[in-house]
Amino acid sequence: MLITRKVEFSASHSCVNPALDRAANEELYGAEANPHGHGHNFVLEVTLEGQPDPVSGMIVDLKQVKELLEREVVEPMDHRHLNREVPPFDQVVPTPENLAVEIWRRLEPRFAGMPARLKQIRLYETEDLYVEYEGR
Amino acid sequence: MRLMRRYRFSASHRLHAPSLDARLNRELYGKCNNPHGHGHDYTLEVVVEGQPMGATGRLIALGRLDGLVESSILKTLDRRDLNSDVEEFATLVPTTENLAAVVAARLAAAWPAAFAGSGARLEKVRIHETKKNIFEVQIEPPRPVSDTPPRRPAQS
Repeated sequence: MLITRKVEFSASHSCVNPALDRAANEELYGAEANPHGHGHNFVLEVTLEGQPDPVSGMIVDLKQVKELLEREVVEPMDHRHLNREVPPFDQVVPTPENLAVEIWRRLEPRFAGMPARLKQIRLYETEDLYVEYEGR
Repeated sequence: MRLMRRYRFSASHRLHAPSLDARLNRELYGKCNNPHGHGHDYTLEVVVEGQPMGATGRLIALGRLDGLVESSILKTLDRRDLNSDVEEFATLVPTTENLAAVVAARLAAAWPAAFAGSGARLEKVRIHETKKNIFEVQIEPPRPVSDTPPRRPAQS
């Protein structure tokens, strides 16, 4: 069975690859390439897979999941400038693709002792663009 | 990894199958058979599958994807009457099933030239006709092409 928990965080970023010229940056990143940055209300959907416990009837304690997402994602990223304040985005372009990979890297090991495993994350940069990642 | 990009277009249509009589058409399509047509604000979701390209962190060049969707879909569908203005619907009822198939076929045909060598694969298109009706078409991955004929099984 799958269960999805949603969290939101607001952050700014700038998507520019210093190795590329301006035209190539604009084709890859569009308006996201503005060097001064801009912000989004990111929405993260975290999908877990497991079976309901026969006693509690729950796959996982959602309170624990809420605290985990708060600690690993919201607290370090909410109201931050990703490029300047959230490693590795001082080195890595903070596209939603790379942000999804980084969020997966932070979350996946935290489910080791839990009865549910991390199945998929979906990160909405805006309501018109999301990235889905399953660890590969 | 997958990336979804959403686009919008507004168009009118009328659902009417010429091989059926007026009564059957009314029964089958209900309000959608109104002879004067009606319109929707369609939402198109294009889902692409692949891996970010090295240091760019991008699965697909978004500007190029937007350009492709604009030139092959939005330019000819937005603010149009599907029955009278869109070539494919001269002989096809513009249900959203058929619309999704037409959009999928157009994108799949234009894809190789636009994204040759990028590794980004068009996986599916989804069209929301209204908030309540959503249609999804999977794009079949291209079959491997071999220029050597398959071997005949050994005669026993």
